[in-house]
Amino acid sequence: MNRKISRRSLLKVGATAITASSLSFLKILPASAAAGDVLVTVTGQTINSLDLHRTGTNRASYQVAVNVYDRLVSFGTKEAVGGGMSYDYATIEPELAESWTVSEDGLLLTFKIKSDAKFHDGKSVTAQDVKWSFDRAVSVGGFPTVQMKAGGLIRPEQFTAVDDVTFTIALDKPSKLTLPDLAVPIPFVINSEVAKANATPEDPWAMEYLHKTPAGSGAFKVAAWKPGEQLIYERNDDWAGGELPGIKRLVLREVASPATRRALIERGDVQLSFNIPNKDAKELAGEVSVISTPIENCMHVLGLNTTFEPFQDPDVRKAMAYAIPYEEIFQAAAYGRGERLWGGAAKVDSTEWPRKSPYEYDMDKALDHLGKSAFSKGFDVPFSISLGLSDWMEPTALLIQESIAKLGIKSELEKIPGANWRTAALVEKRLPLHLDNFGGWLNYPCYYFFWAYQHGHLFNSSNYKNDEVEALVDETLHMSVEDPDYAPKIMRLFEIAFEDIPRIPLWQPALNVATNGAQGYEFWFHRQLDIRGLTSA
Amino acid sequence: MAQTIPVVIGVVVISFLLTRALPGDPAVYFAGDAADAASIQQVREALGLDKSMPQQFLIYVGDLLRGDLGQSLSSGQPVLTDLTYRLPASLELTLVALGLSCLIAIPLGVLAATRPGTWVDHLCRVLVTAGVSLPTFFTGVVLIYFFYYLTGWAPAPLGRLDFIYIEPDRVTGFYLIDSLLAGDIETFLGALKQLILPSITLALFTMAPIARMTRSAMISALSSDYIRTVRAAGLSRTTILRTYAFRNALLPVITTLGMVFSFSLGANVLVERVFAWPGIGSYAVDALVASDYAAVQGFVLAMALLFVFVNLLIDLLYSVVDPRIGFADNE
Amino acid sequence: MSSDLGTASVVATPTQPASYQSQSTLAHIIYVLRDNPVTLIAFIMLSVLVVCALFGHWIAPYDPLATDSSSILQPPSSQHWFGTDNVGRDVFSRVLVATRLDLQISIMAVSLSFVIGATLGAIAGYWGGWIDIVLSRFLDTIMAFPLFVLAMGIVAALGNTVENIIYATAIINIPFYARLIRAEVNLRRDSGFAVAAKLSGNSDLRVLVQHIFPNTLPPVMVQVSLNLGWAILNAAGLSFIGLGVRPPTPEWGIMVAEGANFIVSGEWWMAVFPGLALMFAVFTFNLLGDGLRDIVDPRKRK
Repeated sequence: MNRKISRRSLLKVGATAITASSLSFLKILPASAAAGDVLVTVTGQTINSLDLHRTGTNRASYQVAVNVYDRLVSFGTKEAVGGGMSYDYATIEPELAESWTVSEDGLLLTFKIKSDAKFHDGKSVTAQDVKWSFDRAVSVGGFPTVQMKAGGLIRPEQFTAVDDVTFTIALDKPSKLTLPDLAVPIPFVINSEVAKANATPEDPWAMEYLHKTPAGSGAFKVAAWKPGEQLIYERNDDWAGGELPGIKRLVLREVASPATRRALIERGDVQLSFNIPNKDAKELAGEVSVISTPIENCMHVLGLNTTFEPFQDPDVRKAMAYAIPYEEIFQAAAYGRGERLWGGAAKVDSTEWPRKSPYEYDMDKALDHLGKSAFSKGFDVPFSISLGLSDWMEPTALLIQESIAKLGIKSELEKIPGANWRTAALVEKRLPLHLDNFGGWLNYPCYYFFWAYQHGHLFNSSNYKNDEVEALVDETLHMSVEDPDYAPKIMRLFEIAFEDIPRIPLWQPALNVATNGAQGYEFWFHRQLDIRGLTSA
Repeated sequence: MAQTIPVVIGVVVISFLLTRALPGDPAVYFAGDAADAASIQQVREALGLDKSMPQQFLIYVGDLLRGDLGQSLSSGQPVLTDLTYRLPASLELTLVALGLSCLIAIPLGVLAATRPGTWVDHLCRVLVTAGVSLPTFFTGVVLIYFFYYLTGWAPAPLGRLDFIYIEPDRVTGFYLIDSLLAGDIETFLGALKQLILPSITLALFTMAPIARMTRSAMISALSSDYIRTVRAAGLSRTTILRTYAFRNALLPVITTLGMVFSFSLGANVLVERVFAWPGIGSYAVDALVASDYAAVQGFVLAMALLFVFVNLLIDLLYSVVDPRIGFADNE
Repeated sequence: MSSDLGTASVVATPTQPASYQSQSTLAHIIYVLRDNPVTLIAFIMLSVLVVCALFGHWIAPYDPLATDSSSILQPPSSQHWFGTDNVGRDVFSRVLVATRLDLQISIMAVSLSFVIGATLGAIAGYWGGWIDIVLSRFLDTIMAFPLFVLAMGIVAALGNTVENIIYATAIINIPFYARLIRAEVNLRRDSGFAVAAKLSGNSDLRVLVQHIFPNTLPPVMVQVSLNLGWAILNAAGLSFIGLGVRPPTPEWGIMVAEGANFIVSGEWWMAVFPGLALMFAVFTFNLLGDGLRDIVDPRKRK
């Protein structure tokens, strides 16, 4: 009988996955529990793990680390370009840390942990927990370890729990990347006592346990999780990391079909649809509230692989850059969402990035450049796109294919499935002509160049190598942006990138979110849904 | 039974080879966004993909014998857990759809058989053929557009149960059955509502073979010598149809049903995707695209076992419906 | 997709030798057609398809590949009968031109599976013994696979080209032909005309190829016709998953799959017209299959 009562009072409470074990919660919910306490959201992706450090954890799962765990520090909030709110890269705010200091030489960071911070089981958050969590992130290998390394966090010996509330990080060299790197999802703080109790000799970092059972201190707890179906968040009323969220529950439903997702948000059966296609963003803008935020430090580019003979010639690369019908592509593939990245000034005058390239659609110039090369008659080239990203890649590729055919460059489109795309494009770097997208989490141009233009690095899918670029990136990567050398060196990097043009910028994509009955959405660089600021409208 | 063992062994071998032939490197895919060569190598070792093929196969078979289907990388769960959770969802959908399909197709088939060559016959034929001529994903989207988006008659296509219902305690995994066992009519109706559109989509598609087989089996039964004899004996038309002709026509219809069943269980891949149905079909598609070896192998094996089981069931049904047929001569 | 399942030769098994059948076949066909207007319509529909496949490239008012940014997502009008798609291509021209490729895929796939399946089935059915056992087990194994997923796996493994789609569709169809032919050959192996041919000094191969095999064709033709439709649907399903024909080649399945995402936003024409074309083709083959069944059905003879 209790079940019946609770069902009626819980209209729209997203109780689908609540099994007998969580029914006790339902029973104590007041009968007046308004729909306003609960939000239902949809996404097209599957959350496949509750532990970001685990091998095989996909992008969609990063949001669990954000919403269920805390980090020492977080970013501030600002008004976003294109409406809505965004995280603010320029300000670092406390989350678990109450305060922090950086030593004179920049090599020692000392954090004081909030005394009222508690894990979901009631245990206080201590410096030992932070140390264990950081040790874990740099030891498990894979993506967490790589990302920690970007901030100069490499070995467990760098981390010390001085006492229960004092935690220090010793750096090998000062870097502007360290503090922001502590605010990315990776260095989240785990309840080390719970984790250790569930660790085994084969699994010292409790990967199996934390994969399904989060042990965090974050704003939300996971009430239920069914991969491929849904995840239910439930508010942690004792959260010390920030302002208490306005909603009690959030049901995140996974719906693979974009058409179905669109119907759901339009009809108001869900209050928020995350990462909607550009076309829907454009068309729904009048009906429901749509927020499109250009993704910082991110570009959609056409990659020209320099191991492919014709693309070794800078004139061929320039011809390609002039042969792209940018505006048509921007309308057909991006539906005008995002920022244009072509037709910029010939001279680089700021360190703003992404920025407009000096190229624009001009077939005469394209023919001119191609005429100067050894391939004036054109050539054949396979054109590769990712199956998983065909939403924007396919129309883009079609228009480019048609346009370069006028130069005599014949291309055949090849759709590569997800599992093979990364291997072919990024690891083996064997795709002569391809579309690519890379966004750097840490919002510095040098960081972008480190990943996408330095030789051998993962996102340099063009196999580009330029000695000056190598040197400039090494010099600027850890340099403070206030350093007088920084801006000139960065601008020089931009000049080379545009002159050599191994990656042709197309546009800066936007992350589109539609809301219909929810508000307070905030854009984050990790491009996952941070639900902590959401309220129902 | 002796025939099924080589089939199962064959399925194990072929599914292993097929997954290994998939392009792409799962180690790269699952090493994450910014993985470097060293971390990819770590992942490869963790997944056991650094070993030689025969070694991998032996490990796989060894695990299989212990009942371990491995871990799915894309869902992060043991494959067995995934399958036991998702199989009932697919089975429920398929069975409801088949039931619906039979309810329409068998009467249509009988109707057509009693009036062969007339406009009734032609109409039946055109109707069921039209159903099978449409791709299911297309029918599904069109149905959603009309019955959910435009009119709001159908519930949101959000899987097996709307938010406002509580999932029934798991006994069989079939929501319809579990909710009835719990005596919860509201949840039963809720689950039924969610089933309507996807099962219509699937039913439209499965009507044709059933109706066609019913028709031809009925025609052949009706024109057989013994029916002529019975008719000559002056029995009523209905009795002839129901008791004699239909009973005889049932055998080929059951065979067809069995084939349609195991076949549509695999083919509702597309329906499941459109309706966000958490079944094994959509699971298999995602696993295949991600080169998730263990999940693909587990899925294929489960389907093959089901296929074998259904065939066995049909054989049993045969002997129930028509005791003259033994097991030996069903070829 | 399941049309190939209901075709076991329960009624469509002519057990008479070929000589009996060939009497006035034409007259019989005409009789059946007159008797059965639906089959007549099916033949007319087939000829429409054939005309589109042969002359579609000339009839099409626009270049099916040419994009036009000034007319994106236009609803059907006098200029664009079926509207335009998301990069401004004329849907009518694409639907028309796609006919050839779609028919090619299905015809190639079905002939391939027919040839392989018939050979295997005939060998197994005629000689029997261990060949039969091994072959039957092998075919059972393929049948035990979820067929659509097997096709997906094959295309994913080999790469998504037209050839591989044809191979994948052919492979999953082989068992149906092999089983059907095996049963038919087996049935006729010891029949009078086969024994007579054998006694008059013909080799086994000759008896099989010249005497028995032609007799198995009528029921198989029904299967072929139904399978043609199914092969088109199979390719469409592969396209929906993303494993279909490569863009920008026009193909019905991929057009429906892409267009399906536009239905909810009101651009129904992108999916509906290729969907109707797809339905038209599959419908034609299915009706044709039924019609052929009547033609080969001896009970229909007067």
